[in-house]
Amino acid sequence: MSNINKLFNSELKVINIGLEKFYQDLKEQKVQVINVDFRPTAGGNKKMASLLSKLM
Amino acid sequence: MSKVIYEIRKNTYYDSVTLMLISKEVEKIEGVHEALVGMGTDLNKELAEKLNILTDEIKEIGPNDFFITLLADENVQIEDIVKEVDRMLTEKRKNSDSDYMPPTLNSALENQPESNMVLISVAGEYAADEARKALEKGLHVMIFSDNVSIEDEKELKQLAVEKGLLMMGPDCGTAIINNVPLAFANAINKGNIGIVGASGTGTQEVTVVIDKLGGGISQAIGTGGRDLHEEVGGLMMLQGIEALKDDPNTEVIVLISKPPAAKIAEKILKAVEGIKKPVVVNFIGGDKETIEKYGVYAATSLEDTARKAVALSKGMDVKDFEGFDLSDEEIEKIVKEEIEKMDKDQKYFRGLFTGGTLAEEAIQIVSKAVGPINSNIASNPELKLKDVNKSEKHTCIDFGEDEFTVGKPHPMIDPSTRAERIVQEAADGEVAVILMDFVLGYGGHEDPVGETLPKIMEAKEKAEKAGKHLCIISSICGTERDPQDIVESQKRLEEAGVIVMPTNAQAARLAGLILKEITN
Repeated sequence: MSNINKLFNSELKVINIGLEKFYQDLKEQKVQVINVDFRPTAGGNKKMASLLSKLM
Repeated sequence: MSKVIYEIRKNTYYDSVTLMLISKEVEKIEGVHEALVGMGTDLNKELAEKLNILTDEIKEIGPNDFFITLLADENVQIEDIVKEVDRMLTEKRKNSDSDYMPPTLNSALENQPESNMVLISVAGEYAADEARKALEKGLHVMIFSDNVSIEDEKELKQLAVEKGLLMMGPDCGTAIINNVPLAFANAINKGNIGIVGASGTGTQEVTVVIDKLGGGISQAIGTGGRDLHEEVGGLMMLQGIEALKDDPNTEVIVLISKPPAAKIAEKILKAVEGIKKPVVVNFIGGDKETIEKYGVYAATSLEDTARKAVALSKGMDVKDFEGFDLSDEEIEKIVKEEIEKMDKDQKYFRGLFTGGTLAEEAIQIVSKAVGPINSNIASNPELKLKDVNKSEKHTCIDFGEDEFTVGKPHPMIDPSTRAERIVQEAADGEVAVILMDFVLGYGGHEDPVGETLPKIMEAKEKAEKAGKHLCIISSICGTERDPQDIVESQKRLEEAGVIVMPTNAQAARLAGLILKEITN
């Protein structure tokens, strides 16, 4: 069975990164969801972010 | 005398939609002339500069720093504004204040290890990186954000195909997975119709009509609007078709997209050609005969797509639907009554839409009755509006396009720009019919009708004072289980003299009939 068909047979569990409204909406519907308190890596400095991602 | 006052908070992050909505509220405070509340991104600094409220200190901050800046009367104190902004921020967070919010995808996974879907709506420049991380961890992804390069999209989708995962988007507004609406989607009955849609509001309208007709949805997979472009090659639509083909809960498959590149259309149609489940295809405005050659059902509108899918799902006869729920006599009566109230100068159509595909469908239907329609989304350069803020002759506007959404939330979240435009159109004595959509469901504004009604009434009054009758026709894309109250929404519109039709296609068709009758 493909991963997508496996997903269709599982309970949806969501990680939300971004608009908190989407998190609230899912929570309201009793969907299991966790919200990431997102900040751009390295304060949005792309070069630094790319160096960091190599380290992580 | 006015002055510019500001506040900066280093390393304090809030999402852009929250801040845009708060900016709007701050502007309403007495004594405030211009205001911007945002993160220190280049875009926000540019916006502040345009409003002449950019200070040297704000120029120096970064995208993780938060600022408030405003032009206000001398007696307005920044401390009072800050207090008000904080109150609004707390208000918006009230339901989740005590929830633990991990700082990264990795830490979220540690806290919720059984997660299987990542919904990404951060600024486009960061979205691809987050999606890549998620796919590499074997998670399905939906990217709501736009402004992701097509190269990144292709690479992400190739990675998803390799791993057998969903990579919905970028710019994917709507999906319903396992009956859970993600981003902008409606509360829809569970059922046996599976959808793969490259268009957000297109998918919303089809699912809503399916629900109204007593059918239901197994899955609605979104692909993002560029999936069927030649560069991406329909990777996610093909992946979605494959999954629905093997899904025992899906008995009918529906594909929705704006007309794809010819080569890609062929690839998609070949992929569904041999499938044992019935397939309904709506390549909005696509050639019916070409589609039917592949042994699938071609739909003529979003409503027709839903009707065919429901008929197939219940083993009933499949017919084209291009009419109305109301009888011919009832429709004739409406047309006659509306025209009688108008004066002889009124002849033009104005479509004001928050949903892109709904605007597209309206243009197709109404233009059959009135001829070419100018628009900000016209592919024909001759019909492209020179100034999106000024309608010319017959005009239809999609307020979700970039021209209207830089520094402002999408009109489905904040309908105010569209609402203002209704009054502007009413001032044009040659306008006869205004056609509008109201999109309900999760993700959107809590009461789009309530937010727009005062402007509808103002527009109607304005026209009346000038001896005109402004005909406003609308449809509501929503179900009774959506967070907004659809019954109450319809009632309030009708009380304000708006004609509410059951679907976008029927609303557009009625507008076309009225306009045609006027010119005859």
